Amino acid sequence: MSEDNNTKGLLGWIDARFPLSKMYDEHLGKYYAPKNFNFWYFFGSLALLVLVLQIVTGIFLTMHYKPDGDMAFKSVEHIMRDVDWGWLIRYLHSTGASAFFIVVYLHMFRALIYGSYQKPRELIWLFGMFIFLALMAEAFMGYLLPWGQMSYWGAQVIISLFGAVPIVGDELTLWIRGDFVVSDATLNRFFALHVVAVPIVLLMLVVMHIIALHEVGSNNPDGIDIKKTKDANGVPLDGIPFHPYYSVKDLVGVVVFLILFSVVVFFMPEMGGYFLEYANFVPANQFKTPEHIAPVWYFTPFYAILRAVPDKLLGVIAMFSAIVVLFLLPWFDRGKVRSIRYRSTSFKWLLAMLIVSFVGLGYLGALPSTGIRTLFAQIFSVGYFGFFVGLWFISKNEITKPVPERVQ
Amino acid sequence: MPSDDTDNDRRRFLTAATVVVGAVGTVAVAVPFLSSWSPSARARTAGAPVVADISKLEPGQLVIVKWRGKPVWVVRRDEAALETLPEVTDQLRDPDSESSNQPVYATNEYRSRKPEYLIMEGICTHLGCSPTYQPEITADFQGGFFCPCHGSKFDFAGRVYKGVPAPLNLPVPPHYYMSDGVILIGEDGVA
Repeated sequence: MSEDNNTKGLLGWIDARFPLSKMYDEHLGKYYAPKNFNFWYFFGSLALLVLVLQIVTGIFLTMHYKPDGDMAFKSVEHIMRDVDWGWLIRYLHSTGASAFFIVVYLHMFRALIYGSYQKPRELIWLFGMFIFLALMAEAFMGYLLPWGQMSYWGAQVIISLFGAVPIVGDELTLWIRGDFVVSDATLNRFFALHVVAVPIVLLMLVVMHIIALHEVGSNNPDGIDIKKTKDANGVPLDGIPFHPYYSVKDLVGVVVFLILFSVVVFFMPEMGGYFLEYANFVPANQFKTPEHIAPVWYFTPFYAILRAVPDKLLGVIAMFSAIVVLFLLPWFDRGKVRSIRYRSTSFKWLLAMLIVSFVGLGYLGALPSTGIRTLFAQIFSVGYFGFFVGLWFISKNEITKPVPERVQ
Repeated sequence: MPSDDTDNDRRRFLTAATVVVGAVGTVAVAVPFLSSWSPSARARTAGAPVVADISKLEPGQLVIVKWRGKPVWVVRRDEAALETLPEVTDQLRDPDSESSNQPVYATNEYRSRKPEYLIMEGICTHLGCSPTYQPEITADFQGGFFCPCHGSKFDFAGRVYKGVPAPLNLPVPPHYYMSDGVILIGEDGVA
């Protein structure tokens, strides 16, 4: 209300009708974040930036794109060749997709090393995981739209995963595709989901993620609860207002990010076949699977787990479990100390194992499978799941260093 | 506002009844939306049987016929290919096609009506890629089909090898011979 904010004039008039000043204070002006944020804390705001970029470029792409089995491939070429600046808008969108996953994976890693998923931030982590899930759905459905060979066969493979469900599997895949094979019907519904349904869900989840964060307050590299020590006005002594301190700091991150992002967009938009796969420059052919089919890099770790298991249903279960264990991370970790700075050596070894396994799986998932590679994928899969199991065991009675009361 | 004379039982019953009616309505409304995802009448019509002339096939040759949008292979197997079938039996997961999908008349070693001609859906039973035809018989591989996506191997009758991700043999669609050189894919025909 206006009395609370002491605002006058137009702002006062608005505040009496809509909590504008209140919201500004809660989320920016008087949102006190720990003063010791480091490099890792750039990725939250960068994720938001990429989300906006994807929405804006996506809207402009739909103005020229045609979600039709006969026209889709050509309309993307039309965007690339005939539409003024169309190539730029499309490359911003395709590079943005990969950038989104880079930023989100680093953002998740930050949460992992500083224990940002631990009590009382479990819901922030869960909302974040749902964002990750929605993002994967969004990326997968978006990849079908150019209607190239990799679009087509990637979708065929991923939809077939649902065929592993006992009893109803075949009916389910038929229902998802809307046809006996991936076809125009599939393309159209994926387009609708990609441009309308999933983005709405994504935006809602982002809002919930941020509201939950601002409710409990940000974690920090020391894993210290800054709300324990407040001044007379109830402001945390180790907190600084998000705006202007972190808004300005994040601006630096934005500039660095945009420089790197531009290098990719302008000089290597295909990123050697990792961001845009070469087979996708060939129109979809339902009679011929490309010699080597691999998902885009951000799915390869999970894809490698799928391939590591020589059984259809068990492979699918293993792949989905790899996501489920991430959701359950706050409950696998029974420790009280958040930050890696004060955690045990065994935690650091486990984390190292997770990094090696995840990167290894990502590398193997992009390559054709051979005997020795499958063996390594199996070892890395064990390493991946081993992190969560190991964490559960070591965190109960973990020998940790003392956590300081205040940010140094 | 609750007051002393509130009939809580009555209130609880009405709340529960409203929730139940609302839930039933929600489910009913969901039906048309979810059903709209099923294959449309047009997609189902396109799934009608197709006729293929196979009289010009050379031994060892494979042609692809489109049926329900899927690639259906017609392979004219030569003697060498047919001879491999009994040899590889012990390396197969389902050599007698007991759990695989094929019409009764194709539930045999050849998985076809006539040993010479194999009619089969070219869609891997693992994750739906289209395997490639490997007609050469080598020391490493007795010939057949290889799926490039996840390395599943099949023999010349589309029977899956052990130790690969595909769980079942490649499916055989319903089909019958209209005459010696003409087949119809999509129906079993009479007897």
